Amino acid sequence: MTVNGTEHRATVPVRLLLSDFIRDGLGLTGTHVGCEHGVCGCCTILLDGEPVRSCLLLAVQASGHELTTVEGLAENGTLNPLQRAFREEHALQCGFCTSGILTTLTAFLRRNPRPTRDEIREALSGNLCRCTGYVNIVNAVQRAVEAQE
Amino acid sequence: MKPAPFQYAEPTTVEEALQILHERGDEAKVLAGGQSLIPLLNMRLAMPELLVDINRVEGLDAWKDSEELSLGALVRQREIEENQDLATRYPLLAEAIRYVGHPQIRNRGTVLGSLAHADPAAELPLVFTALEGRFELQSLGSSRTVSAEDFFLHIMTTALEPDELLVRARIPRREASTGSCFSEVARRHGDFAVVAVAVTVRVEEGVCRAAAIALGGVGPTPLRAAEAEEWLRDQDADARAFDQAGKTAARECAPASDIHGSAEYRREAASALVSRALRVAAGRALE
Repeated sequence: MTVNGTEHRATVPVRLLLSDFIRDGLGLTGTHVGCEHGVCGCCTILLDGEPVRSCLLLAVQASGHELTTVEGLAENGTLNPLQRAFREEHALQCGFCTSGILTTLTAFLRRNPRPTRDEIREALSGNLCRCTGYVNIVNAVQRAVEAQE
Repeated sequence: MKPAPFQYAEPTTVEEALQILHERGDEAKVLAGGQSLIPLLNMRLAMPELLVDINRVEGLDAWKDSEELSLGALVRQREIEENQDLATRYPLLAEAIRYVGHPQIRNRGTVLGSLAHADPAAELPLVFTALEGRFELQSLGSSRTVSAEDFFLHIMTTALEPDELLVRARIPRREASTGSCFSEVARRHGDFAVVAVAVTVRVEEGVCRAAAIALGGVGPTPLRAAEAEEWLRDQDADARAFDQAGKTAARECAPASDIHGSAEYRREAASALVSRALRVAAGRALE
């Protein structure tokens, strides 16, 4: 599989979850593991550009696909506009949900580059955050959208 | 929480998949989208000996829209959600699919997977029950078609035999003068429904000619409120009739109480949702 543009090969037990392979096998610990049953969203990565729960995929199922994790979002080592907006708007506290939210929003903004606040909230409905109350996250998205224009 | 050990098969043709199920169906589970099955594996609520991953089986992702919508086993929920053309011809499905989980779930989850999983609170089984969908079950060397009514047997129990694969499911197009509505009550958007309703109603000159009223979350399978449907036939399409239909439908339910909702609450919610959904559906029948 290709992860953030780099090809990887491995032999793994079939029951190894993709989330565990990404973290333990590839050392990419930006992807977090929360509920392991698809509800919390902190394990969300992009599979061929679309957000999916890595805890609900077997590592072997990702073979032949292109994955993007949170580590793959920065541009040449600098924070991309969405990430910068998160920092500027204080859209993260503990950061546990943040990687799943960033990947989700990256795909969302590609489809809907000028979302309303309601559309942003709906896009976030599959990611749980216990710290922020979501308001600053929505603000950060709007800031990133404005920065792009 | 990690799955218990299992063997893994990755067939590339339907034949191959059916051969495996023929030999080892008793100890196997089919894996498609995995959005319902893998949580069960992770929590060890399911521990099959063998997982048959059908994601690389050729041809199962095909779907066809001609006189009816025919969906293959690997059609992802997101594909249906995003297709604006389908929304005009299959509005009930298009409306309901937005309630299924979250976008990340729908990117991977399949329509037929949700049907085969048969959670009593799931949206897609309810839609297929309201529309009298037909299910094509294949085993090695044979094939049979089952109606929705005969497919959903009990909680997470369907007519699928251990050696069978649900390869295709079909629903009819929206008919003339017919409107539909999907509605549910859930703690949060995206959660499983506490109570869900899917209705269609054909209205001609202000009179209800036919109706389908399906309820979810009120029993072990989706329920058609046959008495309410029959009562509604030839009634004026007005609020009084819809309220009465709602009350009748609620009486036809025998829901269980659980931590998400008591039986009384589910009946109340069913009555209100049916009444409101019929009102909306009747309005849409004119469009």
